Amino acid sequence: MLFGLYNYWIVVALMMLGFYIIIAHSNLIKKLVGLSIFQTSVFIFYISVAKIEGGSAPILEADTTLYSNPLPHVLILTAIVVGIATTALGLALTMRINEAYGSIEEETIQQQDKQL
Amino acid sequence: MEAIVDVVLLSFLVAVVIAIVWMKDLFAVAMLAGIYGLLTASFFVAMDAVDVAFTEASVGAGISTLLMLVVIAKTGRFERPTRHKPLLALLVVVVTGSLLIYGTFDMPYFGSAEAPAQSHVTPRYIDDSFEEVGIPNIVTSVLASYRAFDTFGEVVVIFTAGIGILGLLSGVARREEEVDIDAINETMHEDHMVLRIVAKILIPFILVFALYVQFHGDYGPGGGFQAGVIFAAAIILYSMLFGLDTARQVINQAWVRMIAAIGVLLYGSVGMVSFLNGGNFLDYNVLMEDPIAGQHLGIILIEFGVGLTVTAVMIIIFFNFAGRQVTPKADNNKGV
Repeated sequence: MLFGLYNYWIVVALMMLGFYIIIAHSNLIKKLVGLSIFQTSVFIFYISVAKIEGGSAPILEADTTLYSNPLPHVLILTAIVVGIATTALGLALTMRINEAYGSIEEETIQQQDKQL
Repeated sequence: MEAIVDVVLLSFLVAVVIAIVWMKDLFAVAMLAGIYGLLTASFFVAMDAVDVAFTEASVGAGISTLLMLVVIAKTGRFERPTRHKPLLALLVVVVTGSLLIYGTFDMPYFGSAEAPAQSHVTPRYIDDSFEEVGIPNIVTSVLASYRAFDTFGEVVVIFTAGIGILGLLSGVARREEEVDIDAINETMHEDHMVLRIVAKILIPFILVFALYVQFHGDYGPGGGFQAGVIFAAAIILYSMLFGLDTARQVINQAWVRMIAAIGVLLYGSVGMVSFLNGGNFLDYNVLMEDPIAGQHLGIILIEFGVGLTVTAVMIIIFFNFAGRQVTPKADNNKGV
């Protein structure tokens, strides 16, 4: 099958693009966006693994026998909400950094640190 | 047909992320991140993960975009172009990516029912959860009963993040809170009139829908996590359109902090009560005479606790972000 591994390749592509943003950009908000893209790529990976061809959503019904795997759904559901809470914490740190340094660019912050 | 939806949605995701990498305007980045969240949610629906899609739609496309916009409003809109060459970063990314792609060749094909991930504990959840827990939504059974201890940990993480944000952002004196509420009401019908009136009509329905998602989570997609985010979204919508100070009159911040703690406490107490009744931590079978009734009671209680904590923490996050005073030094960055 040509598209048998397509989902996983996309996951790798998204993960690497997120990773690239984290290491190559110096703006802290952009870095956090990259981090959440990285995180979402893992979510997409888990949910792709859970899918069964011809399966149904994991809510029990009388005439359905094939369901997608509920376990990854549970893990990712909670991970999304934990993810927003930690991203918010990161954004709060960014705001404090901005107040202390007057900038959220990594290079400017490092220059100011060296001057001290 | 499913395959086409899958391929199209995933390709869109990659296109959006490439746009995010290029954009220097952080406002556009935040908007694209919102689109990214919505596309991910649509993808999750296509993958039969309805509960997850629910959460991602309200979190990824809603709350996270909003928080980013609030922060961008205070830190400056444009990203400075980097001076150093990103060649090394590109090299690292390409090498890591190729190794990961090489790794995928050992993966079972997408959608295969024989994949190792579908064996082990999953058949038990699908076959026996109705007899053991007695509710049709398997995701809720696993989340709130089989893996309740795990979920307890997640709730504590969310609570801790809320405390962290309070510690980071609530220290400095806020803006003058003596804003005249009457003045807001007078101008109300002039500024954003359409938005405000539509919001007034919508907010009660959003709140009722959140309650439905909270208490119907056993039977359909939903549960405490989703309901908490939706409930908080209604309150955040209100604060955005009618001003933070008006919203502070409606929602007492001290209470909200209490509620965040009460949610975690309620969750933990259910576990302690099962201890006292002679069972394991969070074993709901011993809560009542009939094990199934006990399971129902336990799940409703802990989902309610989750809902309380998530709502309260989301409100705490938004109020502390938006209410943060801009210090003079931070203005240096504007327009760079």
